[in-house]
Amino acid sequence: MYKIIKKHAFNAQVILMEVEAPRIAKSAKPGQFIMLRVDEQGERIPLTIADYNAQAGTVTIIFQIVGKTTTALSNLSQGDFILDFVGPLGTSSDFEGIKNAAVIGGGLGLAIAYPQAKALHERGASVDFIAGFRNKDLIFLRDEMKSVSARSFITTDDGSAGVKGFVTDVLKSLIEKGAKYDTVIAIGPLVMMKAVSELTREYGIKTTVSLNPIMIDGTGMCGGCRVTVGGQTKFACVDGPEFDGHLVDFDEAIARSAMYKKDEAHSAKQHKCKMEGRLDV
Amino acid sequence: MFNLDPKKTEMPVQAPGERNKNFKEVATGYTEEMAMSEARRCLACKHRPCVAGCPVSVNIPDFIKEVEKGNFERAYEIITDTNSLPAVCGRVCPQESQCEKVCVRAIKGESVGIGRLERFVADWYMKNIEEKIEKPALNGIKMAVIGSGPAGLACAGDLAKLGYDVTIFEAFHVAGGVLMYGIPQFRLPKEIVRKEIDRLKKLGVKIETNSVVGKMISIDALISEEGFKAVFIGTGAGLPSFMKIPGENLCGVYSANEFLTRINLMNAYKFPKYDTPIKVGKRVAVVGGGNVAMDAARCAKRLGADEVYIIYRRGEEEMPARLEEIHHAKEEGIIFKILTNPTRIMGKDNWVSGIECVKMELGKPDESGRRRPSAVEGSEFVIDADEVIMAIGQSPNPLIKSTTPDLKTHNWGGIITDDAGRTSKPGVFAGGDAVTGAATVILAMGAGKAAAAAMDEYAALKTDNK
Repeated sequence: MYKIIKKHAFNAQVILMEVEAPRIAKSAKPGQFIMLRVDEQGERIPLTIADYNAQAGTVTIIFQIVGKTTTALSNLSQGDFILDFVGPLGTSSDFEGIKNAAVIGGGLGLAIAYPQAKALHERGASVDFIAGFRNKDLIFLRDEMKSVSARSFITTDDGSAGVKGFVTDVLKSLIEKGAKYDTVIAIGPLVMMKAVSELTREYGIKTTVSLNPIMIDGTGMCGGCRVTVGGQTKFACVDGPEFDGHLVDFDEAIARSAMYKKDEAHSAKQHKCKMEGRLDV
Repeated sequence: MFNLDPKKTEMPVQAPGERNKNFKEVATGYTEEMAMSEARRCLACKHRPCVAGCPVSVNIPDFIKEVEKGNFERAYEIITDTNSLPAVCGRVCPQESQCEKVCVRAIKGESVGIGRLERFVADWYMKNIEEKIEKPALNGIKMAVIGSGPAGLACAGDLAKLGYDVTIFEAFHVAGGVLMYGIPQFRLPKEIVRKEIDRLKKLGVKIETNSVVGKMISIDALISEEGFKAVFIGTGAGLPSFMKIPGENLCGVYSANEFLTRINLMNAYKFPKYDTPIKVGKRVAVVGGGNVAMDAARCAKRLGADEVYIIYRRGEEEMPARLEEIHHAKEEGIIFKILTNPTRIMGKDNWVSGIECVKMELGKPDESGRRRPSAVEGSEFVIDADEVIMAIGQSPNPLIKSTTPDLKTHNWGGIITDDAGRTSKPGVFAGGDAVTGAATVILAMGAGKAAAAAMDEYAALKTDNK
């Protein structure tokens, strides 16, 4: 059992939890992830580590309420326990040689892009930070973004805050205006990472993306997370989660991520009915 | 009175048309009368070929003699002198290629049903005897076991009996390894595995689940920082193989590992009561001829598939699965496509729509002793399928290897050890599928026990030298 030390809601959908997991906190490195299970009937889901504190023995996760598991997780309070919490899994980020980076976070992806930007900033790299949201109500970490970057930009799909449009619009204009990035790090929905990778391919800028596919164990056992990278099948859990965005077959990854869409909707609906006492299961 | 019947006493089973719709155990087990009658088929040969045929040398004629007398408790004690998981082994051991293969009764007729008797004894004991387990006095020396499958459980049990303070580190949220995530409920009820694990806990073994050694903590840190005198690696063969044919990453293609883990470990067959979903098609093609392939096929049938195919490139005689599983699978309506090899998986809208195969023919024996299959040119044909499950084998998981640089391994991933399980790294031992590649429960247990003895010896030496 893993105690929730702190809970903070950035907005109606995005929640931060600091979880007591001393051994994981001690070994964690940027870019790695954990797997958790909320209760006995629960499924195992991967979440990228947003932050960790070896001294305090805590690991921070940030998640968005999208389905049954994240809803159940969001219903836990400070002082409650998460049943299972495993990690740190996957390989860690490689920041070697990065001097001038654009870091891009799309929606919840910002939660993971932020520690990347922070790590680069602390290593003395120059960081331009771009975050995209559907609308202004979903914005979070705005001040933190500023504190770890030379320039920071917000985009919203509907124009309710920042630049109206997509993160790629801002990235493109920055590149066109002469920004010389040696690396672009893009973390967010698959369609966003695909769009960023397609754009940076034109300019020949190395691009790293972080994948978060469906998986069971997170240790290379199930192969559910397989993804085609440069024509080869990789397991995102052990070979990733970070990959060269120019080599990832995003269309396949998008199709695979939707494999259980119907089941997930069914499960979430059932859960909602149960919570509201309309169904006894 | 000696039982002259050339055939084994038949095992009671659930009817095929009934059991292929539920996950309850297929074979329901001998009654006392059946067991005693079957025991009377044993010739009690002086040269005891069956004992030599058992990887852990269970004293087979002696325990059978006790069964014959109705002395089941004593029979259990004889088995557990050398085999700590009889309820498991009685169910999943490939007896026909071990003890029963060399049984003298098998020369004319069927062998004695040794596996069935072992299972009967273990079940009888669990049901009738309140086992008193005394915790041995602790010697104050800590031992670490990585992985809680058959190898790890056997190793931990033996070490605990010797008085060591044993901790098992398990990556999953429950202990049991392949016995929990791999072998389905209808072949090995999970309650049995849980009971065996509870016995270990009563012996004082501690189990830390959710602990991925190599990631959460290194083997070096277990020894230097956490004070473990020696470490046993029993991490199994969990890395699923794929065929590397086009279409393998389509939606609807599973590794057998994933398919079975969703069902067995995550209870996906009870979705949506349990949150983990599983896709089961109407026409499911399972590729492979081992126990894992049979398990996957039979699970798919139970979950409502109309037609389930086993696609295997060699002949039925070459199939590595236990005879009983092949037999049960056929009874349950699984369609066998032998001498058939997939060449690509076809898709429509990102989902599996069929599997293209070629016919195979068998040539001369290869290095495994089985006749080598080769493709018949121009024999391509398509099996309509909306799901494909790859059950063509597993290899050792590279997690430990990649985080323990001085641990020597074979190119294919297996950890290199001597017969006693000593690795190239002092104080580090290994056994089971992590060393041999995918093999059997009983071999893994044997390796775990051998390593426990070597670890005991190592600890004694280390303590003397201090």
